[in-house]
Amino acid sequence: MSDVRVAGTGLTPFGNSPERTSRDLFAEASIAAFEDSGVPREDVEGVFYGNFMGELSEHQGHQGPLMAEAAGVQAPATRYESACASSGTAVREAVTRIRNGENDVLLVGGAERMTNLGTAGATEALAIAADDLWEVRAGVTFPGAYALMARAYFDEFGGEHEDLAHIAVKNHENALSNEKAQYQSAIEVSDALEAPPVSEPLGLYDACPISDGASALVLTSESYAAEHDLEAPVAITGTGQGGDRMALHDREYLARSPAAREAGAEAYADAGVSAGDVDLAEVHDCFTIAEVLALEALDLEPIGEGISAARDGRTTADGETPINLSGGLKAKGHPVGATGASQIAEVTDLLAGEHPNSDHVADATTGVAHNAGGTVASATVHVLEVME
Amino acid sequence: MSDADDAVTDAGFDDWLDAAEDGAAYYLECPDDHTALPPRRVCPDCGATDLEELALPDTGEIRTFTVTHVPTPAFEEDAPYATAVVDFGPVSLTGQVVGIDVEDVETGLEVELEIATSETTGERVIGLRPA
Ligand SMILES: [Zn+2]
Repeated sequence: MSDVRVAGTGLTPFGNSPERTSRDLFAEASIAAFEDSGVPREDVEGVFYGNFMGELSEHQGHQGPLMAEAAGVQAPATRYESACASSGTAVREAVTRIRNGENDVLLVGGAERMTNLGTAGATEALAIAADDLWEVRAGVTFPGAYALMARAYFDEFGGEHEDLAHIAVKNHENALSNEKAQYQSAIEVSDALEAPPVSEPLGLYDACPISDGASALVLTSESYAAEHDLEAPVAITGTGQGGDRMALHDREYLARSPAAREAGAEAYADAGVSAGDVDLAEVHDCFTIAEVLALEALDLEPIGEGISAARDGRTTADGETPINLSGGLKAKGHPVGATGASQIAEVTDLLAGEHPNSDHVADATTGVAHNAGGTVASATVHVLEVME
Repeated sequence: MSDADDAVTDAGFDDWLDAAEDGAAYYLECPDDHTALPPRRVCPDCGATDLEELALPDTGEIRTFTVTHVPTPAFEEDAPYATAVVDFGPVSLTGQVVGIDVEDVETGLEVELEIATSETTGERVIGLRPA
């Protein structure tokens, strides 16, 4: 299977810009991605764009062509919606198209405008990733759903809130040098433990913030990159996707993510790597407990042991397998539709030595991006490798 | 709710709430004993289409729960409230724990179904009361 080069990456700052439209955010990210790639806009054959709550936050459906226009691209465009895994799904579809030989150059990414909704409005909008009839109408919020999983994890495997606090501390620490991050501020374990509860056992510092932002990638075929002498040393070499029952209560395990396991196994096999080959990963830590479940699903930690990974230093910047060197969703921010493609951008830059945190992973050749939707009823995993 | 008679219902789901209010809550079972909640025409596990309505057991056990302090606008007046995933045997479902202080809710607690009302919207909510 041919690999897909990440020719260019572009991110807006993630954070609080309630007045900015998603078309403006995506335009900024796309300009950065095109500049980074050296690929002319007229070579783009399609736009694959992720967005989750555009109808609710901007009264805007049909965002595909709007975003192609915003990026200055004359090509067919489609919006992908898989809740928080929207642009992970868009990346996977684009990778598949290029590998099948149908396209050589695609613009991929996502955007989300959220902070204009306020906390209550954004909480309501995020909740629709759950089953409306059987979960949302019982009062399940997005943090609430992960809180249900966190308590189930503690009951099944042990661990406590303080273990989760170490994940928040680690991800804030990693974001200190990331100028695109929403939070560039260090926190202490005590800050996390003393923060107000959101949905017990999870508190304010267990949750990613509400964010505005966009991400863009220029993906090309190997042959296009070679013919045009692109500087694109990193390729997506594996892709996987998994699914699960929509409602948490319909799952056999409340503290595991089989959809992510399925996606990870598929992506590893596709790339011809195993979990042991992974040097670094960006995982979908919408809540601290989600990082634990992701590590276990990706076989980066044994089942029941991921809870201690940050506390014991295995996943910190100088640990065996640094996780979320960008700051993760927790500190970098989580503009939902932008997140999946932004993880690909971060892993690419980390592997290419172009990331402020690249020094921590100077010898890294293999990275993973894990993007999850809802309570992981959708998951995509991508393997990226340094090719030259 | 005052204008409930005029509201468009969700077929299958509101019918289930009606049945639960009458003490006749049910679940669906396919010929291979897979179970699910309505509205559903097809078994999600095997694709069978002959689904039978069977009586939901009277009590279930809390598998996990959370106390939510930051609600959606639809539950603004209800917070803090406890939401639990409850194992009724053939199926699990999610509801709000009622009739007990939120501090006293615990995993393993035995509960029974009681259709409650949101303090914020007056809409029906799946409630779970200690048995
Ligand atoms: Zn069946």
